[in-house]
Amino acid sequence: MKKVATENKRETTSSKSGGMPRRDFFKLLGSGIIIFFRPWGAIDLLGLPAEQARTLPKDYNAFLQIAEDGTVNCFTGKIEMGQGIITSLPQMMADELNVPLEKVKMIMGDTDLCPWDGGTWGSMTTRGFGPNMRAAAAEARGVLLDLASKQLGVPVSQLEVKEGIVVDTMNAKNSVSYGQLTKGKKIEKFLDVKPSVEDYTKFTYVGKSYKHSDANLKVTGAAKYTGDMKLPGMVYARILRPPSHGAKLTSVDYSAAEKIAGTKVIRDGDLVAVLNENHDRADEAIAKIKAEYSFDEMPVNDKTIFDWMLKADSRANVVRTKGDLEAGRQLSEKIFESEFHDPYLAHVPMETHSALAQLEGDKMTVWAATQTPYPLQDALVRELGFPLEKVRVIVPFVGGGFGGKSAYQQGIEAAKLAKLSGKPVMVIWTRDEEFFYDNFHSAAVVKIKSGIDKEGMIKLWDYHVYYAGTRGSETIYDVPNATTTDYSRNKNAPPVHPFSTGPWRAPNNSTNCFAREVQIDIMASAAGIDPLEFRLKNLKDEKMIACLKAVAEKFGYVAGKAPSGRGIGIAVGTDAGTWVAHMAEVKVDKKTGKVEVVRIACAQDMGLCVNPEGSTIQMEGCITMGLGYTLAEELFFEGGNIQDRGFDTYQIPKFSWLPKIETVILDRKDKAPQGGGEPAIVAIGAVVANAIFDATGARLYRMPMTPARVLEALKKV
Amino acid sequence: MEEKITFQLNGKKTEAMIDPTQTLLWALRDHFGLTGTKFGCGMGFCGTCTVLINNEPVRSCQLSVGEVAGKKVVTIEGLANKDKLHPVQKAFIEHDALQCGFCTPGMIMNATGLLLKNPSPTEKEIKDGMENNLCRCGAHVRIIQAVQTASKEMKGGK
Repeated sequence: MKKVATENKRETTSSKSGGMPRRDFFKLLGSGIIIFFRPWGAIDLLGLPAEQARTLPKDYNAFLQIAEDGTVNCFTGKIEMGQGIITSLPQMMADELNVPLEKVKMIMGDTDLCPWDGGTWGSMTTRGFGPNMRAAAAEARGVLLDLASKQLGVPVSQLEVKEGIVVDTMNAKNSVSYGQLTKGKKIEKFLDVKPSVEDYTKFTYVGKSYKHSDANLKVTGAAKYTGDMKLPGMVYARILRPPSHGAKLTSVDYSAAEKIAGTKVIRDGDLVAVLNENHDRADEAIAKIKAEYSFDEMPVNDKTIFDWMLKADSRANVVRTKGDLEAGRQLSEKIFESEFHDPYLAHVPMETHSALAQLEGDKMTVWAATQTPYPLQDALVRELGFPLEKVRVIVPFVGGGFGGKSAYQQGIEAAKLAKLSGKPVMVIWTRDEEFFYDNFHSAAVVKIKSGIDKEGMIKLWDYHVYYAGTRGSETIYDVPNATTTDYSRNKNAPPVHPFSTGPWRAPNNSTNCFAREVQIDIMASAAGIDPLEFRLKNLKDEKMIACLKAVAEKFGYVAGKAPSGRGIGIAVGTDAGTWVAHMAEVKVDKKTGKVEVVRIACAQDMGLCVNPEGSTIQMEGCITMGLGYTLAEELFFEGGNIQDRGFDTYQIPKFSWLPKIETVILDRKDKAPQGGGEPAIVAIGAVVANAIFDATGARLYRMPMTPARVLEALKKV
Repeated sequence: MEEKITFQLNGKKTEAMIDPTQTLLWALRDHFGLTGTKFGCGMGFCGTCTVLINNEPVRSCQLSVGEVAGKKVVTIEGLANKDKLHPVQKAFIEHDALQCGFCTPGMIMNATGLLLKNPSPTEKEIKDGMENNLCRCGAHVRIIQAVQTASKEMKGGK
């Protein structure tokens, strides 16, 4: 992945955008043609979690280089964590420059080599970054053609490019390669034109399926993740952890830990850690530390959290409104009021948060499993008091993120310990620490009051969402009188959550989707209308109508009023610029309450699909992962004490859960590409809930839909 | 503390002076530099650290390096025959049966052990055999397909 030498002897000066100024990049790279580019407008901020909001730099935030050997290097602060951009971005680049795919190299997530980037999240890479990267490639191609025109003595209009060779169309022998053209040249361009949508008929690579380009490394064990790094003299650190969030260390006795061979104990205020070259001995030593704490627990747990949220000092913010709710009430023949609950969820990447820090002279280098190398760099500057140019963050392969690795506490821990000990320090969180310090998907409440007239047209939609945020809260359906109100923590109000929360694959869109789509189903059933027909008659959104029709065709949907006893559900959603519609079939064991999802179909409109196989894999992944929050995942806690600390109690989807999965990607080659890593997860809870209702008549308002909750709901049928 | 331990590692007779109580997982990663075997939970629940011991898939976080004395240990690095990938590795590439790749070595080792014991597993047997290897990205569908493809190739190779 990283082919660029990591040697770092040059002088650097601070720049506002992080890393080094672009002139220094140029010096480092030597000759070639370099095009700087950046995301346009506000699009790259769409997926930005509020706590990480930051103004985009005025400088350019990525660049590509055509090197003397004809290699196209693309430098970006984005990182690869399984979502496949290391495969799909080169497809876009190769097409625009007319070079063979293998000539494109991605250099990712290294703050010394790549320009500033806010982080890899929000399914932003393809839609926010891709078009600009293509425009930069087009600019580079223009420069190369101008050079070729001079060298070959023919006008640009007489030239064409094949596989990185510029050829005179009147004389095939008159040709020159990109590599020859760049030799000895130093050309720097700054892209200031807004990218246009590309003519898809010219694509060679985009729109075709390519397998993961990193697969060989990953099936042979050669792919290096942060925890696989090793430096001379490196020690493993284990850090003393409080028993619960909010606990304060009052006394500590580490004398027994120091007796474990090779152990060094570090204490700096509340930071107490053991260091040992042997990982197991570090584990042994940390267990020997005796510590006492004082507790200041928040009086809330996984059962009381929903009431707690409704009673919290919240700020109500009307995010969209249309028509008049009172008029909607008057027009409604039937009114429906529901309250939906969604618990906290853990991210559970298979690779726990890991970081290796090394202090050489006055420069700190941190290798970290994170989605946000630049925000980590900023945090290290704050925490260590080092100047920006003396802190480098490098992100190797990341073993899953899902939003959880937008946090980077472990990087700060490793750096502090490296500074205190003078040794390279590796921090690999245990599974227990991974659960304890996760920035969980927020628990949330949604209250909806909605109404339909006697034709089954929705006339009223009064939607209130507490602590889920507004992602996915769009009404989607065409309702003349609709209001969405978002409740979040009031400024200066005490915290609502007893621990950290943060973005979880399509942050809380699944909460909003669950509430909306179950409410729609409730109304369809009350109106005595087939749930597909009900949706279609209340939709004007052409994209959603097309997705619903496509999924119905794939699924082989036969109309029927719910509950039909067949166990078939429907749900739709939008996320990251992409539209999705799902159908699912479930079996419910009425004796045990166990739900088996037999099959799920999904149709997705994501604009131009760069890599259909890569996108299909993301859809399958979303559907499979989505079964977790739908059927089993839920964080148990008492105050700040996280009770789920491992795979023994917190269940994630397994092979036996797998339904038959069918996917359709709508052909939208003429539209700009949109997000693909998250959309297909948002409606899984809703589609399964609606299928359970269709099977049994039992309505579930709370995720996950565990056997106990299904049995409880069945009692009310 | 250190003792001489002799075992076969990835087809080679190996002698090491090592603390025999160290977990096999960290001995492989640190002492032998075989970092393809991953740490996922350290408690035997997730399967990312799976290796073959005498052809049986075993969680390397759950035993000490001393316990493999005299045995045959194969890690993900030892599965390919020089540059020729093992059929299970090939099938994982062919089916794109991975995303972040962190569970992949454990999945491949577990699947290999499964196929050594049962060369013609049904889909149900594959699911049962792979059940306790966890993947968070959701590559499961393709992993099953990869194991089916590898099963065919391994039988054909006999």
